[in-house]
Amino acid sequence: MDGLTLMILKRLAFGVVTLFVISLIISLGVELLPGDLAQAMLGQSATPETLAAFRKELGLDQPMYVRYLTWITGILQGDLGTSLASHRPVVDLLGGRLGNTIFLAAVSAAIAVPVAVILGMLAALYRESWFDKFISMTTLSTISFPEFFVGYILVLFLAVEFNVFPSIAKLNSRMDFFDQLYAISLPAITLTLVVIAHMMRMTRAAILNVMTSPYIEMATLKGMTRSRIIVKHAFPNALSPVINVIVLNLAYLVVGVVVVEVVFVYPGLGQLLVDSVSKRDLPVVQASVMIFASTYVLLNLTADVLAIISNPKLRHPK
Amino acid sequence: MNDFWKLLKSAPFAAKLGVFIILINVFAAIFAPVIAPYAETDVIGDMWDGGFWDENAPQHSPVSLLGTDHIGRDLFTRLIYGARNTIGIAFVTTLLSFGVGITAGFIAATLRGWVDQVLSRTVDVFMAIPTLIFALMILSVMGTSIPVLIVVIAILDATRVYRISRAVAMDIEVMEYVEVAKLRGEGLWWIIRHEILPNALAPLVAEFGLRFCFVFLFIAALSFLGLGLQPPTADWGSMVRENASGISYGIIVPLIPAAAIALLTVGVNLVVDWFLHKASGIREIK
Repeated sequence: MDGLTLMILKRLAFGVVTLFVISLIISLGVELLPGDLAQAMLGQSATPETLAAFRKELGLDQPMYVRYLTWITGILQGDLGTSLASHRPVVDLLGGRLGNTIFLAAVSAAIAVPVAVILGMLAALYRESWFDKFISMTTLSTISFPEFFVGYILVLFLAVEFNVFPSIAKLNSRMDFFDQLYAISLPAITLTLVVIAHMMRMTRAAILNVMTSPYIEMATLKGMTRSRIIVKHAFPNALSPVINVIVLNLAYLVVGVVVVEVVFVYPGLGQLLVDSVSKRDLPVVQASVMIFASTYVLLNLTADVLAIISNPKLRHPK
Repeated sequence: MNDFWKLLKSAPFAAKLGVFIILINVFAAIFAPVIAPYAETDVIGDMWDGGFWDENAPQHSPVSLLGTDHIGRDLFTRLIYGARNTIGIAFVTTLLSFGVGITAGFIAATLRGWVDQVLSRTVDVFMAIPTLIFALMILSVMGTSIPVLIVVIAILDATRVYRISRAVAMDIEVMEYVEVAKLRGEGLWWIIRHEILPNALAPLVAEFGLRFCFVFLFIAALSFLGLGLQPPTADWGSMVRENASGISYGIIVPLIPAAAIALLTVGVNLVVDWFLHKASGIREIK
């Protein structure tokens, strides 16, 4: 087995271990807390009978390892338990919402990635020009703005003042693809704006980093045009950090989606998670946290593996 | 104090603006009860009365500069108390996070070996879980109260502080003077306090600003989701949430606390940028 495969396998193994530890934390986190969970959730006035019934429902009367094994085999078989609040299977609650969240994230990524990479390259190409300065000012401020601020500004201008887009993102199955696209336009733009800033800054930095290498200086001295240098020499070498940037930001998008969904009352997984946290509906929280965390871990894993493949330097760690 | 003024005078405009924004916020936070025209939870009128920009708004005495919020409390007052609660909690959380993170990071860098391995691998796993998701999970079990909020966010944030302070300390730990101190038989705490901490201070101060921004935005986001500070405590994130429904009628009230959050973050970032710039002396590092 050569070094490259070995490194990727090592990284994959770390990913699997991380997922295992996350699942342990999620299912047994309850255990680490001081006091009795049933008591804390039902309040002081709960009778011993209701407490016992509640413990049984959560499986708190069983030993720790049994609980973990039941939970994890359930998850692997697609059985996520029953919601405490609505007494419906968690799978039913999650199903459609997961699809909605993926739809929103995918649309935002489809807009954000090309725009960010092109603008980042342009900013690096026309470095220190008014365009570059404008871009770096805007990105700096969007990074400092909370997601909900960006979201509500867009609502005020695009939905209330000029009525271009709907302010609340409603979806239903009778809509065709373009109606759905129209319905989620504001949340998608918000998410795009939030991730685009990071992506653009990092793309610009990656390209500028390459631009200071000796071979670029050589090409300049040879009399190559600047645009030719960027396309032929800088871009291929900047590809590895840029791919890394894109995937890392997609991971960030998965988390940003939670707040944006709440702003636009979007029927997605993030909204469900937030609602369930305030209702303390543990089975739903555990299932959605597991989905969010594993998506995040998998995207980071992909970023690392792609970086190892596309950058030979990383194959020889010190 | 004199040096501070001299330093500030030589600063670029952006940094001066940043310092100005931070000072205003700190002033509002400290003297909230003195500046605010009303008490934190006083109801003075109808919902969304309109502020100075609205000529038909009902008159209040003392004057209600920004109008009222969704249940008729003075918005300006809430904003000022919000500064106190939001910034205060974010500051305490960042302090705690730095205390834990730096201590663990320095210990790992000085002792190395299995201590470093155990701490670093634990931090790796923690950092593999998105902070917001992790926090939501813990809050669903522990419930939301201010102490829980502070401890949870501080511990999650300490993982980032640990990484950077360990890296900084690693560079210092190989210096001759640390070697000398070790040969002299000084203890772990003595080395950390007298050799490592003074030399690691500069990069850590800039990091403090960045972590404060992160913690501050994080608390605002949690409060916006209804899982941070609970009513009737005034806090910028919850103020956005409470007034959010007004936006559909073109009422800009939810944007005001949101803008306050954005403004302070921009201010701190401007100062941190200046600081990093001064410390590195290099123009294009990013």
